[in-house]
Amino acid sequence: MSAVSPFRVVAAGALALLVAFLALPVVAIFVEQSPGELIGALDDPGALDALWLSLQTSLAAVVILVVVGTPAAWLLATRRFRGHALLVTVLELPLVLPPAVAGIALLACFSADGLLPTGNLLVLQTAGVIVALTFVAAPFYLRAAQAAFESVDRSWLDASRTLGAGEARTFARIAIPAALPGLIAGVALGWGRALGEFGATLMFAGSFRGITQTAPLAIYERFGTDFTGALALSAVLIVLSAALLLTVKSGVARLGTR
Amino acid sequence: MLHASARAEPGDLDAAVDVPAGTCLAVAGPSGAGKTTLVRVIAGLHRPLTGRVEVGGTTWLDSASKTDLPPERRRCGVVFQDHALFGHMSALDNVAYGSHDRRGAHDLLERFGLAAREHAKPRELSGGERQRVALARALARAPQVLLLDEPLSALDATTRASATRELQAVLADLAVPSLLVTHDFAEAALIGDRVAVLDGGRIVQEGMAAELAARPASAFIADFTGAVVLYGSARSVADGLTEIALDGGGTLVSVHPGAGRVAVTLYPWEISLEPADTALHATSARNRLAARVTSVTEVGGRVRVGLDAGQPLAAEVTAPAARELGLAPGVLVAATFKAAATRVVPG
Repeated sequence: MSAVSPFRVVAAGALALLVAFLALPVVAIFVEQSPGELIGALDDPGALDALWLSLQTSLAAVVILVVVGTPAAWLLATRRFRGHALLVTVLELPLVLPPAVAGIALLACFSADGLLPTGNLLVLQTAGVIVALTFVAAPFYLRAAQAAFESVDRSWLDASRTLGAGEARTFARIAIPAALPGLIAGVALGWGRALGEFGATLMFAGSFRGITQTAPLAIYERFGTDFTGALALSAVLIVLSAALLLTVKSGVARLGTR
Repeated sequence: MLHASARAEPGDLDAAVDVPAGTCLAVAGPSGAGKTTLVRVIAGLHRPLTGRVEVGGTTWLDSASKTDLPPERRRCGVVFQDHALFGHMSALDNVAYGSHDRRGAHDLLERFGLAAREHAKPRELSGGERQRVALARALARAPQVLLLDEPLSALDATTRASATRELQAVLADLAVPSLLVTHDFAEAALIGDRVAVLDGGRIVQEGMAAELAARPASAFIADFTGAVVLYGSARSVADGLTEIALDGGGTLVSVHPGAGRVAVTLYPWEISLEPADTALHATSARNRLAARVTSVTEVGGRVRVGLDAGQPLAAEVTAPAARELGLAPGVLVAATFKAAATRVVPG
């Protein structure tokens, strides 16, 4: 029997520390209050409105991202042109922007005296929430989709072309199915980011109940006055996000064994 | 009829080929010779600096008149090196992808003995089965030209022998021109009606395989052509040996097993030549074929001797040996070689 190496012990300790650090705060939300109190606190029309709005706006942002982002990512993955690297960097920028900066930037662009004035269409409107979510979530989906398309076997694409399929049919019938696990992972990342978005939404769309107040904004509003209500909403968001992650992981695993 | 000429990036490709309908040109060359680029130019997957591709009177590419059909508008069946089967589709869906004809795809798979495997995904198929699906897929759209890029290199040695036989049968029935590229001269000799040797992007010699082996234009081709091929019928004899009755007369023995129609390959430098009237003497060489010298070609200190032994054959000897034996076209000699020098593959 071989002795357990000291390094193995140190690594196991590091893992245990990390699990405790990341999981304990999440567990705390559920044990701080009894389940009955948590469910009771949800019986507040404002909380349900916020959850419902979060679901609607994040879903809308994800749909926009998939529809616009997928062909764009395909182009970035399959064509090399001048300025390619610069373009990719520009598209990744929202990834490193502080959310408050993203909110200011959106205001500077779309407000009444902005670069691209949109009147009352976006600012302080539900549509504005969708714009903010799309802005911050886009790089997450684009990066994943581009990587997924880049890993598709080029000879499959060549074979498809020689079998009479144009670029559009090759994209739809070969590239998308082959890249599907990566695309789904990108949707999960983007959706997760959109569900949790706070700063850019607050600055650009405000926090009006039923119109622009998403679940994270509602949590922040309750934070000072109704801590139980904030905990309850947080618990629901955790369950939603975890369910999203699990669904995607099992879906990708199923695709892998297809 | 296929005509293709192309000049691609300097050193990569500068070659022209003509392939009559119903025949197969095997383009053989070492890796990096430009073989795959040639296939990609014909298929429309690579745009050369200048070039022309014509198939059956239709121009697919003509850089002079700026004609360049996209790959999907060239009726070109391609079998890719790693077969490039779509992993998320069944064998049947792969074959029907280009033809949109599931009935026809099923019939093709049946012809290749794969009807029972048509719902299997590529990764559930064996290497030989994948190769047949790739071939069926390339043929399904009734191509005007068939291109085969190292179709056998992904297979293990045993599967390759049967796949070679199947490919020969398919090509024999094919009415359109076909072009096969391979790094293996023996494979080119077995499958191609003619063989073109590509080196550094240029075709350095083209002709019948036996012609190339007997009269290599350069030391490179002499080395590259390597094995020569003899055809015949095999049967097992005593001591675990195989006796092959050669087409055109003569028999030889091999240590390798084989039955029925076979091709025997051996290297020219494994063949010894002696005057035809030498008395039979005790020797370990089991094989002795009477032959007439057809050509004597000196390549870099060695002499490649073309022989007619009922079938074309080539031997390689040193220059002094060639002088001593007085080798010249028309001279009768005996070609001897050991049974262990031969390899037997299904013909």
